[in-house]
Amino acid sequence: MAEKVRQEETEVAQYEERKIVILPRHCKGCEICVLLCPASVLEMKDFKAHVARIEDCTECMLCEIRCPDFAIEVYQSGKKGKAK
Amino acid sequence: MTFNYDEYIRPGKLPHIWCPGCAHGIVMKSIIRAIDRVGLEKDKTVIVSGIGCASRMPGYVDFNTLHTTHGRSLAFATGVKMADPELNVIAVAGDGDALAIGGNHFIHTCRRNIDITMIVFNNNIYGMTGGQFSPTTPHGRLASTTPYGNPDYAFDVVELSIGAGASYVSRSTAYHAIPLERQIADGIAHKGFSVIDALCTCPTTYGRRNKLGNATEMLMWFKDNTVGVKAAEKMPPEKLEGKILTGVFKKEEKPEYCDEYAKIIERVSAKG
Ligand SMILES: Cc1ncc(C[n+]2csc(CCOP(=O)(O)OP(=O)(O)O)c2C)c(N)n1
Ligand code: SF4
Ligand code: SF4
Ligand code: SF4
Ligand SMILES: [Mg+2]
Repeated sequence: MAEKVRQEETEVAQYEERKIVILPRHCKGCEICVLLCPASVLEMKDFKAHVARIEDCTECMLCEIRCPDFAIEVYQSGKKGKAK
Repeated sequence: MTFNYDEYIRPGKLPHIWCPGCAHGIVMKSIIRAIDRVGLEKDKTVIVSGIGCASRMPGYVDFNTLHTTHGRSLAFATGVKMADPELNVIAVAGDGDALAIGGNHFIHTCRRNIDITMIVFNNNIYGMTGGQFSPTTPHGRLASTTPYGNPDYAFDVVELSIGAGASYVSRSTAYHAIPLERQIADGIAHKGFSVIDALCTCPTTYGRRNKLGNATEMLMWFKDNTVGVKAAEKMPPEKLEGKILTGVFKKEEKPEYCDEYAKIIERVSAKG
């Protein structure tokens, strides 16, 4: 197992098997994840990304793949929420 | 499919220095996933860069890394590869690094066809030094050194690489981070010199000056203004106007430099 190098303070949101983790120390508040999310799951709070509606997450991974700062992780459950 | 980057990141190095929304981080993640996809051994992999924001990338990743002088990533990479052709050598550079000061190294490495994979972090500007125009700044765009619009025309990295003789040539964007990952993996697996033109963004010194919107809008521009090279074949020319083509443009098997060099050594030493 690789040494955990990014496990400082985290903000964890959980809905059934789905989990979204934000690493506030890495987040630079660029809003890319918030603006690209097709289901409005994410919001800005104190200049950082924040998980507001995890139940709606479609598990598309857009936010994780395009976060330039290794600051958001989506653990899929296999059950998709509804994009609005 | 949550990817665990931890294995590839040097402890204590994040957060990186790049500005909020700078797409260099997205390209770095694509490179890491590509290396993982190909399954390269960390100790057998060398990542070499020059100078610039893009060239800070090797400092964050846990491979053998070299951060060298401006424009010289390919000169150092060539030295490493020649010293031990068993190593997987990846060169990274900004558009200025690769094509302005490093332009000569670039074209001659293309024609030499040495087995190195070059990823150009192409953000159309000298980001690190405050937004001077680069060889890929489009005609008419504003830079600190072209305050009235750029009178020059940009290099097309794909055409340049093909013309100079690179044997694998592709283009993707930071918006298309998964196709980018696939191309980088393909380029690494290809034996010969591979060039991947990775279109990315500099919201700070280029986007702001040219009023291209925020970091997300700059990324979305790639979505709306690129066309896959295969789809383009079936499209009428008027629909392709102003669009940037992406995809794999060239993949050719041809003799590789280290192999050819070894043959010369063998032939000449046999003669005694
Ligand atoms: C020999 C030399 N000339 C000039 C510089 C100043 N310099 C540092 S980075 C850079 C350009 C960076 O642009 P690019 O390669 O596109 O990378 P970016 O910062 O955009 O990622 C320049 C001109 C230098 N460091 N060394
Ligand atoms: S995985 Fe997709 S739907 Fe879920 S938070 Fe990220 S961008 Fe939104
Ligand atoms: S994309 Fe990453 S750095 Fe930007 S706001 Fe979202 S979590 Fe933060
Ligand atoms: S100056 Fe531009 S290229 Fe450099 S880190 Fe900032 S946004 Fe990225
Ligand atoms: Mg640049």
